[in-house]
Amino acid sequence: MSDSQLTQGIVPGRLDPERYCTNFADHTPPLGAQEARIAADRCYFCHDAPCMEACPTSIDVPLFIRQISTGTPEAAAKTIFAQNILGGMCARVCPTETLCEGACVRMESEGEPVEIGALQRFATDTLMARQSHPFTRAAKTGKSVAVVGAGPAGLACAHGLAMRGHDVTIFDARPKPGGLNEYGIASYKAPGGFAQAEVDWLMQIGGISVVANWELGRKGDGDLGDLLADHEAVFLGMGLSGVNALRMEGEDKDGIVPATEFIAELRQADDLAKLPIGRDVVVIGGGMTAVDAAVQSKLLGALNVTLVYRRSRAQMPASLHEQEHALTHGVRIIENAAPVAIHGNGAVREIEFAYTQEGASGLERTDVTFRLPADQVFKAIGQTLGDMPEKIEVKGGKIVVDGAGRAAPRVWAGGDCTHAGEDLTVTAVAQGRDAAVEIHQFLMEG
Amino acid sequence: MADLRSEFIGIKSPNPFWLASAPPTDKEYNVRRAFEAGWGGVVWKTLGAEGPPVVNVNGPRYGAIYGADRRLLGLNNIELITDRPLEVNLREMTMVKRDYPDRALIASIMVPCEEEAWKAILPRVEETGADGIELNFGCPHGMAERGMGSAVGQVPEYIEMVTRWCKQYSNMPVIVKLTPNITDIRKPARAAKAGGADAVSLINTINSITSVDLDDFAPEPTIDGKGTHGGYCGPAVKPIALNMVAEIARDPETAGLPISGIGGVTTWRDAAEFLALGAGNVQVCTAAMTYGFKVVQEMISGLSDYMDRKGFVSTSELVGRAVPNVTDWQYLNLGYVTKAEIKQDDCIKCGRCYAVCEDTSHQAIDMSADRVFTVKDEECVACNLCVDVCPVECITMRKLEPGETDLRTGETVGGYNNWTQHPNNPSATAAE
Repeated sequence: MSDSQLTQGIVPGRLDPERYCTNFADHTPPLGAQEARIAADRCYFCHDAPCMEACPTSIDVPLFIRQISTGTPEAAAKTIFAQNILGGMCARVCPTETLCEGACVRMESEGEPVEIGALQRFATDTLMARQSHPFTRAAKTGKSVAVVGAGPAGLACAHGLAMRGHDVTIFDARPKPGGLNEYGIASYKAPGGFAQAEVDWLMQIGGISVVANWELGRKGDGDLGDLLADHEAVFLGMGLSGVNALRMEGEDKDGIVPATEFIAELRQADDLAKLPIGRDVVVIGGGMTAVDAAVQSKLLGALNVTLVYRRSRAQMPASLHEQEHALTHGVRIIENAAPVAIHGNGAVREIEFAYTQEGASGLERTDVTFRLPADQVFKAIGQTLGDMPEKIEVKGGKIVVDGAGRAAPRVWAGGDCTHAGEDLTVTAVAQGRDAAVEIHQFLMEG
Repeated sequence: MADLRSEFIGIKSPNPFWLASAPPTDKEYNVRRAFEAGWGGVVWKTLGAEGPPVVNVNGPRYGAIYGADRRLLGLNNIELITDRPLEVNLREMTMVKRDYPDRALIASIMVPCEEEAWKAILPRVEETGADGIELNFGCPHGMAERGMGSAVGQVPEYIEMVTRWCKQYSNMPVIVKLTPNITDIRKPARAAKAGGADAVSLINTINSITSVDLDDFAPEPTIDGKGTHGGYCGPAVKPIALNMVAEIARDPETAGLPISGIGGVTTWRDAAEFLALGAGNVQVCTAAMTYGFKVVQEMISGLSDYMDRKGFVSTSELVGRAVPNVTDWQYLNLGYVTKAEIKQDDCIKCGRCYAVCEDTSHQAIDMSADRVFTVKDEECVACNLCVDVCPVECITMRKLEPGETDLRTGETVGGYNNWTQHPNNPSATAAE
């Protein structure tokens, strides 16, 4: 008999093989044509629409929904892609409840927004299913730009530049392009290899090449100076490659890993039944990465998954919708508790927490402690910027950019690696897109 | 519960809801189901003359237009009168009337405009025990080209002539069904009255093409690549029908002529509106063809509930109640001033009122940076467009009281003053 949910330790195959398929299927199945038509009928076509205002990429939501309702979903997709070339992924991963759908006037009248995210997916899926690309590349300019990082910011910037006729080379540290879309988000949000399919589709614009397994500043790869020597401009969109440490004794014990590593490994796994998972999993943190790690632990067959956040649930960076998603999948959320000790001999066995409270000097630990059994601990307490070249100003752990996204002469930056980032795919896309406009202007004037 | 029993030109029915002459009343089977569902009466699908019956197309007979969520708003048909032998229809009518003596059963008839043809069919219809006849002078397609249907309804002299024959050769009450495909509905109504009609019913369907197939470039419904105009009905035609009913009700020459109201009746409210504008009862088709016969149950409960609220004991108290308030534009009070008012607590900030007022009307709504919409009384002409487009009904029209100042004109709101008295009207007569 193979392992079950009750088996102690970190083991693979806790579930029946078919359970992995159902557990990791599309968690929000796409709308059918009939559902889309009905959902589209609910849009009021608001003036100066609040949903559009709430979208970091300013997608013309009323227009694309009207295009769906009149039977032209591909025109709708073009409206979306004109603002957000990663509109397909954003339709899947955006926290719409806090963005467009949260702003929908139907929330005011009946508490149920127009299903903007689902409709966006309907439109973009329809166009992408044909594998046709809606834009045409302008005549070649002979200029070339280096983009560091093939995540949402880098891809959006590269597409914007390539479309305007520039040659773009994207350098990425991972084997595959896509960034967090490929390595960082929960598997069930974009199943079926969507992230790679989207990159392939985006590349159809032409003029973009990708250099994989290349890290800025790593010996043998290249540094910023090399890039500036070979290209007229550089865009930095490498995201946050490091992770914050707990800074506790015993952090090096077996079984304690960054949540991002676990998620990336899960995303790249060919066979989820072979992916080991603990019986008692503890996730420390309160953002979307913490939720994604916790829910996927549960779906892999962990018996007990507890998400512990040092502040209250209301203060969690993960939206209420995300929290509810975790709760309905059987994740226990403990709020107002911070880790104080790691117990175990070689490998972690228990983790000890102290309850916290807001004091005069901010968050304080109380004397009240408790222990949770843990054979696996995922740290999700924030990511950090990797080493930066000297000429790039870094403040508060993020690249400093001016209003035009410029970090240094001939260097622009966008996405999570900058202080303007919001840990959102859609914001990264907006900044990459806008940087492309700035860079284009610079190249054509210069 | 209010008493919905209805008596229309002497024909009694348990409620004023009849099924119009149309596919739902083509056969005994359907009519029995209708009566079981609660319909007060039916006008049997139009009978033709003895002999080989007409034939229908074997492709689609209906086309439709839709509102949100594919709600059917308008239906168009190219079906003809009954395509079953006359004797079969007459036999079935006899049996149905025998089994449902309390329900109204009216025979709709369309035969050539020849005295002999009418003389031949009327006694046979009378034998069925039918309560009355309705002369189909309305169908705009297929039969009109053969000199029947709306081809008759468009010529008042023919209407009068045929009506007279019917009164001459039968003892049954005669209802003349009018076509709306004319410029002045009062003319055929007057002709029907002159011919001795007991009532008119209206409207029949309106000439229409509902849509065009943009791949085959043919009107729909399309029959082997071709299409033809059909008769339009359903909720979309109700406003046209209401106006025509009112025109007849308030025409001094036809005032008091009983009217059976037809055209887009879908709910109790539609029916009540027809009654208020002078219809003695209503006929329904598209609502049944959209939802089935059960819809009559909502019409019955809704009308009854409304009458209870109003304290009306009988539908006759409702019939015609709004007719005195239908007038000509020149008699509308130009001294009556209203202003739009937005209930901020109910506003969901969609901005549609702003968009339409700013783009297509009088720039009378202000939009603040935080999406608060307010009416500029100094610009508002009270056109009502904002009220019409608001999805949550948070805008109303406030009537300015006499003595208040209309900020748009700077004038003090006064009493009654219509166009016939207005100084800008060259042929105005001085107000008292």
